[in-house]
Amino acid sequence: MNGSKRGSGGGRGKKTVAGAQGKDGQRRPMFRRRKVCKFCSDKIDDINYKDVKLLMPFVPERAKILPRRISGTCALHQRKLRTALMRARQLALIPYTAE
Amino acid sequence: MNRRYELVYVVSPEATDDQVTELHTQVESIVQRLNGTLEKSENWGRRRLAYEIGRHKEGTYVLEVILGGGDLMKEIDRRLKVSDLIIRHLIVRVDEEEGVVERTRARRTETSRRRRVARGLPADRQPGEGQRGEPDDDRDDRFDIGAEDMR
Repeated sequence: MNGSKRGSGGGRGKKTVAGAQGKDGQRRPMFRRRKVCKFCSDKIDDINYKDVKLLMPFVPERAKILPRRISGTCALHQRKLRTALMRARQLALIPYTAE
Repeated sequence: MNRRYELVYVVSPEATDDQVTELHTQVESIVQRLNGTLEKSENWGRRRLAYEIGRHKEGTYVLEVILGGGDLMKEIDRRLKVSDLIIRHLIVRVDEEEGVVERTRARRTETSRRRRVARGLPADRQPGEGQRGEPDDDRDDRFDIGAEDMR
C-alpha cells in the first residue's frame, strides 16, 4: 500500500520505470534509473589504456572489472574496456587486486 | 610495411634522469638502425605503481610512438627485456585501432550532418546548442516549509 503510493508520486522526474509496473508493481515498487552505456552516450570512441581517469570508475574497491549488468556498458564497449583495463593493469596503472 | 606501435616502459625509480634519457636514445638508435621512425616521445614522469613490482613502488613512465615493422619491435622488445633498469614494458600495435576509431567518428559526424540538414538546421552544431538547461522544477526547496507557513 504505502509502497505503491510512493511509486506513483515519487517516481517522476529523471528516473524511468524498470520493467512493467502493472505486473509486479504491488510487490516490488522499485524504480531504477535506466542504465545507459557511458561510452555510447558520451561518444567516446577510443577507450585507451593510458586514460586512467576514464578507466578508474570501472574498477571498484576490490579492483575487479565492473560487470556490464551493473555499469550498463554495451557489449562492444565492454569488450574494448576490458582490453584497455588489462593493458593498464600490465603497466601497473590499475591494480589487479586490492590488498 | 609501416605499422604504428605504442611502447610504454616503466623505468626503475632508482634510475637518474640521465639514465632515463639514455634509455630513450637507445630506443631511438634501434629505431633508426632498423629503418623506423620515432613519431612521438612523452615522459609522464614519476608515478606511483598500482602494485609493487619487485619491491618498487614508483616508476618513471615513458611513452614512445614508433612507425616501423614487426622485426623492429621484436628487437626493441628483446632489448627492453634484458635491461635491468626497465621494470615493465608494453608494446601495442595501434594503427588498426586508430583507423576504426577514425571511421566510426567520421560516420557519426556524417550522419549527424545529414540528419541536421534534413531537419533544416545548419550542418554543424552551433555553440551552446543541445545543452539542456536546468529544469525549473528541480529546485529542492519545493517541499520546504517556509517561515510564513509555520505561522
